[in-house]
Amino acid sequence: MFFKPTMNPARRQLLQLLGASALLPTWSGLSLAAPGPAEAPRLVVIMLRGALDGLAAVPVPGDPAFATLRGELAPTGALPLDGFYALHPSLPTLARWYTEGQLLVLHALASPYRERSHFDAQQQLESGGPRPFALSTGWLGRALQATGQGGVALSPALPVALRGAEQASTWTPSRPGPADSEDLLARVQQLYAGDTALHAAWQQAMSQRDLGRMAGEGQSNGFAALAEQAGRFLAAERGPRLAWLESGGWDTHNQQNNRLARQLAGLDEGLAALRSALGSQWARSTVLVMTEFGRTARPNGSGGTDHGTGGVAWLAGGAVAGGRVLADWPGLGNRELLEGRDLRPSLDIRALQAALLQRQFGLGRAALEGGVLPDAPRALEGLWRA
Amino acid sequence: MQAATLAAHRFGYSETSLRGPGADPRAWVLAQFLPGAQTPFDASGLMDGAAALRLTGELLRGAAMPAAAASAPELRPSAQALTLRRANRAALQRRWQHIITTDTPVAERWVQFWANHCCVAATKGATRALVWPHENEAIRPHAFDRFSALLRASTLHPAMLLYLDNAQSMGPQSRAGLRRERGLNENLARELLELHTLGVNGGYSQADVTETARLLTGWTVRLQGGDGRASFQPALHQPGPKTVLGRRYPEGPEALDQLLQDLALHPATARHLAGKLALHFVSDTPPPALVDALARRWRESGGDLRQVAQALFEHPATWSAQNPPKLKRTEELLLSAHRQLKLPLGDRELDAGMQTLTALGQAPGRAPSPQGWPDRSEDWLSPDALLKRVQWAERFAQRHAQAADARALARLALGEDLGESTRLQIERAADGAQALALWLASPEFQRR
Repeated sequence: MFFKPTMNPARRQLLQLLGASALLPTWSGLSLAAPGPAEAPRLVVIMLRGALDGLAAVPVPGDPAFATLRGELAPTGALPLDGFYALHPSLPTLARWYTEGQLLVLHALASPYRERSHFDAQQQLESGGPRPFALSTGWLGRALQATGQGGVALSPALPVALRGAEQASTWTPSRPGPADSEDLLARVQQLYAGDTALHAAWQQAMSQRDLGRMAGEGQSNGFAALAEQAGRFLAAERGPRLAWLESGGWDTHNQQNNRLARQLAGLDEGLAALRSALGSQWARSTVLVMTEFGRTARPNGSGGTDHGTGGVAWLAGGAVAGGRVLADWPGLGNRELLEGRDLRPSLDIRALQAALLQRQFGLGRAALEGGVLPDAPRALEGLWRA
Repeated sequence: MQAATLAAHRFGYSETSLRGPGADPRAWVLAQFLPGAQTPFDASGLMDGAAALRLTGELLRGAAMPAAAASAPELRPSAQALTLRRANRAALQRRWQHIITTDTPVAERWVQFWANHCCVAATKGATRALVWPHENEAIRPHAFDRFSALLRASTLHPAMLLYLDNAQSMGPQSRAGLRRERGLNENLARELLELHTLGVNGGYSQADVTETARLLTGWTVRLQGGDGRASFQPALHQPGPKTVLGRRYPEGPEALDQLLQDLALHPATARHLAGKLALHFVSDTPPPALVDALARRWRESGGDLRQVAQALFEHPATWSAQNPPKLKRTEELLLSAHRQLKLPLGDRELDAGMQTLTALGQAPGRAPSPQGWPDRSEDWLSPDALLKRVQWAERFAQRHAQAADARALARLALGEDLGESTRLQIERAADGAQALALWLASPEFQRR
């Protein structure tokens, strides 16, 4: 009933087999996340939940106020970028990409959200709405839906960002265990026939279960393993063209130096694994790393930082016009700080989101204003090399 | 859906038989909230929070001593780490055993709602063994009390002070703050306003958060070398009065009681909690009339949680057959299977349960954020999660096929609410284990 490999041929052959099985009636319309053409651009969006401290990740030693303001939180051994900005020492891969011209750093940016709740900020950033919870679907989900494409989130639940797309799906490594009984799975198909939501989720689960097998799913739950799997999905001929990854642990109210060193090293390792799994597709891939807001410019009272406003994002990829920092630097003087405490945002992250939607989905201004990303500012230009 | 089905499954942890709720399901539920009616939780022999904290302090101090690490022949968990792990395990086993055997399952769901509302997670080194002590010491004794009492017990429990960093916060102008050049950490202050009381749209400002953080300074707990209890340390307390939401609070420890009292009775808190309760117990789209009624009872009773529970389960909208069922959270799913099959939780089942919940995204005691576990169906339903639920159902059924005849089980559990399609699938199963797997995987059992 369901496709099941009976031998263990090379992965490419398996993928071809899966392609063939997609012609069977059981599979019509069920192939994972509506594969796009092989030459379509690939997009990976990485959400750092908990609010990355932008001034720790991308320190600004060139700002005269930086050292005094940051005190114990000014990193030692930062990797210089252009004399003004630098990268945290735990980000060697990103530093190399910068040198190769494949990393664009965006600083002092924020969503339009100006309060300091993680949960509201994440919802607003992911939904792309004018206010938290104004929209229940996501900016990527609406773009996928508008273009009939699919995407996969490597997370246990579908993130808000991908909601609204019929062909958005989720994937995490299965527990190693006894093989599923194909018979039971077929019966469950019947069992869910009358429950719309369970039925839809089950259809997707069945189709990607086999693709996961094809791609030789990893055992580890770590971010690097998931990032590598995302790269494999996007590189697969019949795979999706958009993947979503997320990582937690960024809410560094205390012991920030130690915690961020670990967190950023894990992120850096994951990005390296992602690129390596993308292989030759790296040339047409774009990776966005974003977070819900920045943190206070000064250390708080316990070696950490509290919730702030302006922060950083990274755009990386083979075609990204990188090797530079994009920022309208607001300065770190007392008068420049927002409410005397946060890095003042000078760049709206929706201008970046709009540019990504244009490139990835070919969505024009009208489509964005028509609901995919309402009220967004003009898209940033020149983010990719021609 | 019939009222007995709602009482047994939506409000409780799935009864074996609809005979449990009986002919008057509403009375069955309401009786569980009467004073003294709740099946008592047996905490005897479990490690308390103070002991767990002292051991955690020793463990973290040991880890910080390079000499000790260097002299160790190999890397292995210390005695403290093993003791704490055993304590966690024993507490979780007792908790699960309580949930699957209690005579007052709806009251227990109420307790668990509040534990999740004032969420503490073992995701930090310092709180690794404090989640269950917090639940047993701060939440259980006050879940039918006034909210202000519950809020105070939770806020000042060492688990919360450590989880949300207040233990390290100090007034910038306090004696210790001046001497050590340390200052505020506003984590607890913000979540107290945003999550625990007013709600994110509750009308407070950044200045209110900062002032609340100042007011909270001094409330701390010594992780190392202390007695494992929270206390007020004047040397850490920010001098001077503080103004929160326009009201002035004096310097000193009494201010916190006044603030928590005011927050607990604030109309925004009533509204926030009314919505959250209706979302949890009734529907992902709570009936507005129900939310209004709960908020009103909250205000009129001064945040008396027993009265709010009565208002919830007396309201007709709560019992409406029109509310679409929610997906059970994975812990609810697992424990309702045990409860329905009357399966005790031995060591093997405890291990299996912990593995299942970890794989299904609800690792016990490890909520992903201070917001606690999410509460909408869409947060738990994804293709991947559904496949894993079905895989769980199959493994669970293979181990316990002897425990029950799924055909009888489904009929007893749902009566006329058992869907024809599910009934047929179970009837036609290849064997007993598959029948049980299909029942556990069915929409009727996955939802509540």
